Amino acid sequence: MTDGSTPPRFIPDRLRTRKTRILHSWEILLLAVAIAIFVINSLASPYFLNAWNLSDATFNFTEKAMIAFAMALLIISGEIDLSVAAIIALASTAMGFAAQYGAGTPELVAIGLVVGLLCGVFNAIFVTILGLPSIVVTIGTMSLFRGISYIVLGDEAFRGYPASFAWFGQGYLFWVFTVELALFAVIAVIYGVLLHKTNFGRAIYAIGNNPTAALFSGIRVQRVKFILFLLTGLMSGVAAICLTSRLGSTRPSIAQGMELEVVTMVVLGGVSILGGSGSIPGVVIAAFVMGLVTFGLGLLNVPGIVMSIFIGLLLIGVIALPRLWTMAAAKRGRT
Amino acid sequence: MTEPLTPVVSMDAITKIFPGVKALDAVHLKLYAGQVTALVGENGAGKSTTVKVLTGIYRPDEGTVRIDGTPVTFTDPNAASDNGITAIHQETVLFDELSVAENIFIGHAPRTRFGLIDRHAMYEAAARLLRSIGANFDPRTRLRHLGIANKHLVAIARALSVDARVVIMDEPTAALSHKEIEELYELIENLKSQGKAILFISHKFDEIFRIADRYTVFRDGAFIDEGLIDDIDRDGLVKLMVGRAVDHIFPTREMTATEDVLQVVGYAHPTEFADIGFTLKRGEILGFYGLVGAGRSEFMQSLFGITKPSKGVCKIKGKIRVIRSPADAISNGIVYVPEDRGKQGAVIGLPIFQNITLPSLGRTSRSGFLRMVEEFALAREYAERLDLRAASLDQDVGQLSGGNQQKVVIAKWLATQPQVIILDEPTKGIDIGSKAAVHEFMAELAAQGLSVIMVSSEIPEVIGMSDRVIIMRDGRIVAEVAGDEMQPDVLVRHAAGIGEMSQLEDA
Repeated sequence: MTDGSTPPRFIPDRLRTRKTRILHSWEILLLAVAIAIFVINSLASPYFLNAWNLSDATFNFTEKAMIAFAMALLIISGEIDLSVAAIIALASTAMGFAAQYGAGTPELVAIGLVVGLLCGVFNAIFVTILGLPSIVVTIGTMSLFRGISYIVLGDEAFRGYPASFAWFGQGYLFWVFTVELALFAVIAVIYGVLLHKTNFGRAIYAIGNNPTAALFSGIRVQRVKFILFLLTGLMSGVAAICLTSRLGSTRPSIAQGMELEVVTMVVLGGVSILGGSGSIPGVVIAAFVMGLVTFGLGLLNVPGIVMSIFIGLLLIGVIALPRLWTMAAAKRGRT
Repeated sequence: MTEPLTPVVSMDAITKIFPGVKALDAVHLKLYAGQVTALVGENGAGKSTTVKVLTGIYRPDEGTVRIDGTPVTFTDPNAASDNGITAIHQETVLFDELSVAENIFIGHAPRTRFGLIDRHAMYEAAARLLRSIGANFDPRTRLRHLGIANKHLVAIARALSVDARVVIMDEPTAALSHKEIEELYELIENLKSQGKAILFISHKFDEIFRIADRYTVFRDGAFIDEGLIDDIDRDGLVKLMVGRAVDHIFPTREMTATEDVLQVVGYAHPTEFADIGFTLKRGEILGFYGLVGAGRSEFMQSLFGITKPSKGVCKIKGKIRVIRSPADAISNGIVYVPEDRGKQGAVIGLPIFQNITLPSLGRTSRSGFLRMVEEFALAREYAERLDLRAASLDQDVGQLSGGNQQKVVIAKWLATQPQVIILDEPTKGIDIGSKAAVHEFMAELAAQGLSVIMVSSEIPEVIGMSDRVIIMRDGRIVAEVAGDEMQPDVLVRHAAGIGEMSQLEDA
């Protein structure tokens, strides 16, 4: 649509440099919070700055964070999966069941992954093929999956996992670095690349911001969402392996309420609950923040119920801060 | 008509700056009691921003808004309505599941002593309001049972329910039929006689000259001129608006190529259309004319893979292609620029360059991995080709004006290097200057060998741009005309189904 009179205007690629963009990002704010908590913790408790204690503290978040990465993608695309903790219960029950019949570690791992994957497919079918809202579907499957665990186990617990199975949740790669922490790091990198460096990741953002326009732009919206549910199920399977291995037993109440902690981690990481924005580095830092807070409070002998109050306040505080900031800026005369 | 001394509302030297753009640059606007002032300007001239400043949604960076000569500051939309300013927006915001009366009085319903909503008083007041604007439906009706025109009346009643002195109408006729527009004119006359000051925003010149008393012209966010409608003519106003004379002559083109690009045979849908068949040649502009509801858009969306046809064959360059999804259509070189650009076109929230490259990621990426340099290069190429006005390519597309958003959407499609581009109402709701630019651009595309299908309800556009016109009625193709046969009366007769009858009468 040229006027014929004016030459095309030059439009710069970006107005802000990479440095200013990073400095103004949510992740930097979150990183500052993480550092502050780290400093406060080390002042508050003499036991905090100890490599082995810190290493133990990572268990507070590694399993949740594995799911949180997949959940972040799902939430950015405008969907949610509240059945993740129930998937852990079902996958763990299936593994425990197989272990009773003498399944070895490779079989147990395979069972955990397959059950997680199948649960993801189950959710995906209802959401992407039948077009039902994911929040309703996954509240339903949350009861369904865990219900199956309760039927199988009742008041019992599965024990008797093979000794080599303990490697996932209790093993160390070298010095203080655990297998879980390494797994966490690898998964973080994979999801970071997937979301930020691939066409698939771009499609997730497009769908989250405007699913109709994304469809009209040739994105296979339902296929992308199907894959995301599948990935979330798979990651729940991975978390189930780690958690079961670490605890060494399966009860039907395993990972009870973990879905909300995972969602909290995702939202704290700067992912919009309405979809469309967020980043994997944000979720990584949020994982550390949540891990450090629970660990620090644990060292101070703060009971779990009070701890959840702190996590709640932290979430609301960190979310409200930028909004308060913009409101204050608006009060000064500029919107 | 007496000339009042002080305007009810005046905007003095109002400036509003957005990141990288001066949306309003020291503009003036005066609204007088009992008069209709038309605000005229191209897309991006600052009309919508003006409405938002007047209704308290935006706060100006500089300048004063005065009511009866007294400076006021609106801290929020309520402050504006407390001052008697009310707006009827382009897309009216109403609640489908509430009753008409509830829609009218939402937020300020009459209360009983106990603080509950006084339904009796509300229904009575609503009925009174509806009568005063000539609407004859029950205020207890659920809104979703009303048609678009009646919904519009509800919006107007809502605007009047706050005892407004100033009524802003932003493109009020966009969704209305001819008859409904006439009724709206009567209503406006009625409001005028009640002494209300009316700001009327429209792209349609016949409406402006029919209803307005005064005009104010903005261009690129700047105030250009104001005066009485009686003192200016159509050409004068256009000249002020675009800063140059715009001739209504469509670009002349010569179609030479004869190669068939797209062939559609027997496309059908259970409810929307049946037996659609035509061929499209390389470099041709094929117009699709018909009344609203004739099934044109539905067919186009099916050709683009949004809805599945129940039967039918689509051949591209002689080869049969099955199109099950937009992704299939795009990879076969067919793209569709939808009518509803806000909802189906731009992905608000993503930056400009990502919008442009979205359907072309297969080309800019390498084995599924993004390559930013390629993306920016592609986005830049098409942004410049379309003369996009933006601060930077990574700006959120939502910050752009409507016209520029549309350029991003078109750029997105051209970047896929399609063979067939389907434009659904390409100039609907855009101003006269941009319209000419769109037409010129279409001609340019066709000259480069792109085949264009243009769905349009505007007869001059259909006739002026098309090489051939296919006319649809009730989901079927009823006629195809070309050359000298493309006459307004021919098109209208076929579309309305009176063509055959009159032929019978002739015979």
